[in-house]
Amino acid sequence: MQVEAYEGEEMILNMGPQHPSTHGVLRLELQTDGEVVQKITPHIGYLHRCFEKHAENVDYPGVIPYTDRMDYIASMNNSLGYALAVEKLMGIEVNDRVKTLRIIVAELNRIASHLLSVGTYAMDIGAYTPFLHCFREREKILDLFEWICGARLLYNYNWVGGVSHDIPEGFVEKTRQFLTEFEPVIAEENELLSFNKIFIERTAGVGILGEELALSYNVTGPNLRGSGVSWDLRKAEPYCGYETYDFSVPVGQGKFGPLGSCWDRYYVRVREMEECVKIIRQALDRLPEGDVKEKVPKKVRPPKGDIYGKTETPRGELGYYIVSDGSPNPFRVKIKSPCFTALAVLPVISKGEMIADIIAVIGSIDIVMGELDR
Amino acid sequence: MEALLKLLSDNVAGYGSLPLPLQYFLPMLLACLLCIALVALFPIVAVYAERKVAAHMQDRLGPMRVGGWHGWAQTIADGVKLLLKEDIVPTEADPFLFKLAPLVVFAGGFASLVVLPFSASMIVSDLNIGVLYIVAISSLGVIGIIMAGWASNNKYALFGGMRAAAQIVSYEIPAVMAILTVVIPVGSLGMQDIVRAQEGGWLGIGNWFIFKPVTFIAFFVYYLASLAEVNRTPFDIPEAESELVAGYHTEYSGMRFAFFMLAEYVNMFVVSAIAATLFLGGWNSPVLGGPVAFMLKSVGLVFVQFWLRWTLPRLRVDQLMYVSWKVLLPASFLLVIAAGALAVM
Repeated sequence: MQVEAYEGEEMILNMGPQHPSTHGVLRLELQTDGEVVQKITPHIGYLHRCFEKHAENVDYPGVIPYTDRMDYIASMNNSLGYALAVEKLMGIEVNDRVKTLRIIVAELNRIASHLLSVGTYAMDIGAYTPFLHCFREREKILDLFEWICGARLLYNYNWVGGVSHDIPEGFVEKTRQFLTEFEPVIAEENELLSFNKIFIERTAGVGILGEELALSYNVTGPNLRGSGVSWDLRKAEPYCGYETYDFSVPVGQGKFGPLGSCWDRYYVRVREMEECVKIIRQALDRLPEGDVKEKVPKKVRPPKGDIYGKTETPRGELGYYIVSDGSPNPFRVKIKSPCFTALAVLPVISKGEMIADIIAVIGSIDIVMGELDR
Repeated sequence: MEALLKLLSDNVAGYGSLPLPLQYFLPMLLACLLCIALVALFPIVAVYAERKVAAHMQDRLGPMRVGGWHGWAQTIADGVKLLLKEDIVPTEADPFLFKLAPLVVFAGGFASLVVLPFSASMIVSDLNIGVLYIVAISSLGVIGIIMAGWASNNKYALFGGMRAAAQIVSYEIPAVMAILTVVIPVGSLGMQDIVRAQEGGWLGIGNWFIFKPVTFIAFFVYYLASLAEVNRTPFDIPEAESELVAGYHTEYSGMRFAFFMLAEYVNMFVVSAIAATLFLGGWNSPVLGGPVAFMLKSVGLVFVQFWLRWTLPRLRVDQLMYVSWKVLLPASFLLVIAAGALAVM
């Protein structure tokens, strides 16, 4: 009788699109050897809604609600990039009140987005309580947004040439009050989660994204800054007058283990929330008077030509390439998605890690499938 | 059970004239019914309590609607819902093992209740090897978990089952070693003997093993290991929701799922009760002696389990093994040696 030597067998594990922590409808095909993952193949497209084709068939302002539905966690930031690009194409210069309002809502939305990211990340690692604390705070921001424009998630707020509504009376005070209440919460969550021994063990040293790798994969946003690269469009190529605000760009420091680990990316988001608070405070202090709809054109019909506009959304550099043929509808709108590049690097940085680490890495690159698939 | 027998023969007229086997059988049946009542009622209260504790830690209210006062009937409603749900066995599953697994898991926790000393006379059976029995019977659950993981024919369930097997087997050793540090000074494996050895002392609590040098550390070793044995955070990797969906019970629904839940909560109570018996003086207490003290201590330890679960993240499977084999196990061996040395001196 012949006895064959036992050879380890690999198992294909299909993770998602229905899985509690693939952050939407991402599907990963994992080749596992026991708990160790040998190969990861992401499959995307489950949330593809033909955004780019839709955009060709509606007029310019009509595209804005669609941009909201891309990264539905940070709609304000998405429509801002589009509005800025079209304005640049048409040569519209908005007044200071509009600029300041846009910064206020964009930064509030950035906090809301990072809160969701941090909260769900805690849940991915197995801690439930920080998740609900984060959602409690996020709720307050959504209440503020509802007060401004009536919507809690998809705002349609940043219009070409202005914003849809001026802020209501008492908004500035309410926002200030929120910021004062919010700052201690960051410290509290840091104590509860960020510097928790188990949390550090789980995230530091996992999913290392080196500086060179990050740059070669065109990773942007907090993921890139987590690798120690100080690159933020709000500083590097300011828009809306970001250059006049005093804030710093937090980068990963490799405090617990190698630089560019999940913990670094996570902590960059936490510290960015502190910076957002600073920016919003300054914006509220200087908020000038003005008519928020004064430059909104009756008919948006940019001249022939093309434009590439990019902004720093909570997930990174979101680019809009818009081609105009002089008609009321855009000829082509192409998106450069930060989530897509972040997902592209996922198989590289999580190769050879364990199943539990894959969850940690997915959470730390903070992808939103709505924007990835569009 | 002896006390129950005495109670029946003293108070029920003509009990002595029943056939002798029946005289012994009736108290046995009664004791079983009491255990089932505890097993059925404790999870109902504990699930509600856990949801409330979690809610208040997370700045919310938890169940508030069902039954009126603070949603007290929520778990009962959930239980009824689970009873009424369709009974689903996946087509590709092994139907026999799939149906057997929840019962095996449940039986382990249920059978442990037999030797828990609720008071000096309230114990179903004061076995002279009570500790050994409890260690043996409580590891029955892991067989059921592997069975569930395998029979479901689901990869996530299989991962959960594998993790559970590795984890529970690893953590049983430090748990048993920690228990040994108590058995050595007492010199008996009977639960009542261990409780009686903790009577008296300073303020009536001085002889509890948690206040003695070696067993003080052993208590924490045991408590940590027992957390891992009942799959509670930070050691809940067999059913890690964010990784394995629901681990070994991913494919279960309705009453079969409820059995896993019942078993989980009963096991939580059992390990807490063992910790209370071995280290916290059992039913000994300067005030409120007997079953009340015993229950308060056990439920207090269950509360600590809730508390940990809603505060801490989850460890990874290799880190979990590290804690068991490289930290708890050497520590528990040292403790046993120290306990032995103390006993000899």
